[in-house]
Amino acid sequence: MKKFLIALLFAPVIAFASGGNVHLDKWPGSVGDKPALQNGAKLFVNYCLNCHGASYMRYKNLLDLGLTEQQVKENLMFTSDKIGELMRVAARSDEQKLWFGATPPDLTIIARARGEAGNAAAGADWLYTYLRSFYRDANRPTGWNNVVFENVGMPHILYGLQGQQVLNHETHKLELAVPGSMAPAEFDKAVSDLVGFMVWMGEPQQEFRRTLGWFVLAFLAVLFVVAYALKKEYWKDIH
Amino acid sequence: MSNQGKMDCGRRRLVVATAAVGGAGAVAALVPFVSSLLPSERAKAAGAPVEVDISKLEPGQMMTVEWRGKPVWIINRTKDMLDTLPKLADAVADPKSEKQQQPAYAQNDTRSIKPEIMVVVGICTHLGCSPSQKFKAGADEGMPGEWLGGFLCPCHGSTFDFAGRVFKAKPAPTNLEVPPHVYLADTRIMIGEDKKGA
Amino acid sequence: MAAGNFEKYKSDGSLAGNALEWLDARFPATSMWKGHLSEYYAPKNFNFWYFFGSLALLVLVIQIVTGIFLVMHYKPDAALNANGVPIAFASVEYIMRDVSGGWLIRYMHSTGASAFFIVVYLHMFRGLLYGSYRKPRELTWLFGVGIFLCLMGEAFFGYLLPWGQMSFWGAQVIVNLFSAIPVIGPDLSIIIRGDFVVGDATLNRFFSFHVIAFPLVLIGLVAAHVLALHETGSNNPDGVEIKANKDANGIPLDGIPFHPYYTVKDIVGVIVFLMVFSAVMFWAPEGGGYFLETPNFYPADPLKTPPHIAPVWYFTPFYSILRAVTFPLFGIDAKFWGVVAMGASVVIFAFLPWLDRSPVKSIRYRGPIYKTLLTIFVICFFILGYLGTLSPSPMGELVSQICSVFYFGFFLAMPWWSRMDKFSPVPDRVTFK
Repeated sequence: MKKFLIALLFAPVIAFASGGNVHLDKWPGSVGDKPALQNGAKLFVNYCLNCHGASYMRYKNLLDLGLTEQQVKENLMFTSDKIGELMRVAARSDEQKLWFGATPPDLTIIARARGEAGNAAAGADWLYTYLRSFYRDANRPTGWNNVVFENVGMPHILYGLQGQQVLNHETHKLELAVPGSMAPAEFDKAVSDLVGFMVWMGEPQQEFRRTLGWFVLAFLAVLFVVAYALKKEYWKDIH
Repeated sequence: MSNQGKMDCGRRRLVVATAAVGGAGAVAALVPFVSSLLPSERAKAAGAPVEVDISKLEPGQMMTVEWRGKPVWIINRTKDMLDTLPKLADAVADPKSEKQQQPAYAQNDTRSIKPEIMVVVGICTHLGCSPSQKFKAGADEGMPGEWLGGFLCPCHGSTFDFAGRVFKAKPAPTNLEVPPHVYLADTRIMIGEDKKGA
Repeated sequence: MAAGNFEKYKSDGSLAGNALEWLDARFPATSMWKGHLSEYYAPKNFNFWYFFGSLALLVLVIQIVTGIFLVMHYKPDAALNANGVPIAFASVEYIMRDVSGGWLIRYMHSTGASAFFIVVYLHMFRGLLYGSYRKPRELTWLFGVGIFLCLMGEAFFGYLLPWGQMSFWGAQVIVNLFSAIPVIGPDLSIIIRGDFVVGDATLNRFFSFHVIAFPLVLIGLVAAHVLALHETGSNNPDGVEIKANKDANGIPLDGIPFHPYYTVKDIVGVIVFLMVFSAVMFWAPEGGGYFLETPNFYPADPLKTPPHIAPVWYFTPFYSILRAVTFPLFGIDAKFWGVVAMGASVVIFAFLPWLDRSPVKSIRYRGPIYKTLLTIFVICFFILGYLGTLSPSPMGELVSQICSVFYFGFFLAMPWWSRMDKFSPVPDRVTFK
C-alpha cells in the first residue's frame, strides 16, 4: 500500500520526465493577425515551397487572408497559374528523395503534427524555436545543424535574413557570428509571421470554427431553457 | 394515459416551443451534410475556366477541349459553312435562338461572338451523347441528299447545323449549349468565363 | 410487459386513424410504441447516472450518420498520389478542406468516437454503482459487454483509416499481439493483415469491418440490449424491484411511463451533452492531443516509428495491463500473457453478475468495503489509463503492475468480500427526492 501511494505521488513526475528535453520559445503571434499571415504567406512561398509542398492547400484559400485574386496570382503563385490549384512543390517527390536522401515533408499540417499530447498547440512553439535555432556545423553535409532537431537534413534556408549562428559549447547557447540582413528582433517577427501562416494553413477555417461554436452554444442554451421548462412542466405530475 | 387528450395550454405551448426550437436546430444541423454533397473545391478547380489558343485552327477545322468534364467544340467555320445557316431558317426548330441555350452575346444569327468562330458544348441536349461531325454536304456521309453539313447524334439521330441549331422533329428539344466564353486576345479564348468575370 | 399484449388501434374514423388501423393490422406499431415507450414503466427515481444510456444511443446515431457522409469522400487506399502522399491520408485532408462542411462532419465523427467511450464508461459505472447487472438483468449486462467489445473493435478498425503514423503503428503493434498466441499466432496475424506488414490489404479490410461488419453487429446488440432491458424492466438507484408493488391495474406504483416523462428528461440530458460535445468539437477538436493524436497528422511511414506511440486514450487502461505483464509463465513468454491479461481485463466484466454475492444491489445500502474498493478500483483504472499514454518506465511499470493486480483482485475476490460488508436495510419502495 505504501509503495502504491508513493507510486501515485510520482506519477506526475514520470510524465514530466518523459516530455521534451529542449526548451521551446513561446510563439508570440496569433492566427487572427491578417497582415502577419500575409507576410508569412509571402515568406512561405519564397523560402519553403521550393522544396516542401503544401499539397492539401489550394491557392484559392489564400484569398481568405484578405488578398485579392490579382495579388495572389502576382505575388504568391510560382508553381501554378490556376487559383484553384493545390500548392504543390515544383520538384517531384521521388527526385527529391534522390537529392536529399529523404523527401522533405509536406508542410500543410506540420503545425498540427508537431503538437504534443496534452498540448496540441505546441506545434507553433516548436516551429518558432526550430526555425531560429540553426547554427554552423562543419561536420554536417549541409554545413548546418539545429539545436531543436539534431542532425537535421534541412539546411538553414533563412540564413540570409538571420545571419549565421554558432553554438557555444560551454554555455550551450547560440551566438550570432555573422549578422544577416535583418536585425534579430526583425528576424524573430518574420519567423513568427511564417509560423503563423503555417498554423493558419493547418486548418484555414479554424477562426470560423471557433466563431461558429459560440453560435451553436448560444442556440443550445436557448433550447436548454425551453426543454428544461418542458421537463419541469411534465414532472409536476410525479410525486 | 390519464392525461392524454386533455393536455393543458401551458404544456402544449411548451411542447410546441421545444419542437420549434429543436426543429430549427435540426434543420441547421443538416447544412454541413447537405453542403457536403455539393461539388467540392477539387471539383470546382477541375471545372475552372479553360484557356484555349486557336491560332492553329484552320478554316473548316474543329478542335475539342475539355471543360467541366464535357467536350467543348471550337469550329473555325468557312464562308461556305456560314452561308448554309440562313438557308436552314425554316428547317431548324429555334432559328433565332430564343431559348436560353447561349449567353446574350451569342444570341445572333451565327450563335457566336466572332461570326466564323463557333464555341459550343458538344453534348446533345436530348440525353447527353456527344454528336459526331457530318461536315460534308449531300449524301457523302450517309446523310439525306439535302444535307448541308453539321452534326448527327449517334444515339437517337438528332441533327444540328453548323451553329448547333437542332433540326425540327428531332428528339433533342433545344439547340446545343454555347458556354460562357471571352476573347482574351485575338486567338485566345477563355471558356467558362464571361467578360464580367466568372 | 412484452410488446404484443396491447390491443390493436381502433380508428376514430379520421384519415390518420384509418391509416393507423390499417398499419396496426399488419405491423405491431401501436403495441411497440406502448410496450417500449408510452406504457413502458420506468422507476421514477432515475438520477444523473441514468442519462448515459440514451446518450450512448445518440452518439451511435451521430457516428452512423456522419460515417455515411464521410464514406462518400474517404478512400481506403495506401498507394501514393502524385504528391507522394498516401491517398487515404490525403482524402481525409480533402474532407477537411475541399469538401464543403466536411471538416465539421469529420470533427463530429472524431469527437464522437471519444464521446462514445466516455458515455459508455459512465454507463457501465452506473451498473457498478447500482448493481444493474444482477439478477434478473444478467443478459442485459452480457449484451452490454458484447456492445463494449464490439465498440472497441469498431474504434480500433476506424483508427487505421486516416492512415497517419499513429494509425499505422498502432495497428502494427496490436496486430502483432496476436502473433504471441502459441502455435497459430504468426499465421493468425498474417490473416488479419492480409500481408506481411500493415498495408493496403489491411486498410481495405479494416475499412470493410469498420463501415459494414461491426456496425451491423453493434446495432443488433443494441437492439438486444434494449429488448432484454424492457423485458425485465429497469433497475434504479435503490436497486429495488418496482414490479413487486403494483396497483389494481398492474402498473408498478413507483413506475412512470417512459414517454413522456423520461423522453422530456432525456431531451434535457441530450442538450447538456451536446453543449459539452460542441464545446470540444468547435474549440478543441484535437481534445488536447488525446482525441486526435498529433503524430497522426503525419502520413503513415512504414520505415519510421514515431518516438512515442500510445493508443488512443480509451484503450490505455487495458494497454497498461498488457504492458504490466513483463515475466514469462509456464514456459510461455510475457508477450502472450500480456495479451491474455488485456483480453481478460475486458472480458471479466461479463462475469460480474455471478461474482457479486452481496444481498443488496445498490451502493446506497452497501457498506464501507464496497465503497472503498470501488473507489480504489476507479482510481486504479484512471492511473492505468494515464500510464498507458506514457512511454514505458521502470516506475510506471511497477505502478501499473500494482494497479493491475488490484484490478483483477477486485473482480476475482468479489465472491468473498461482497458478502462480508455491513449492509443497511433496503426499503420496499424507491426513495424519491
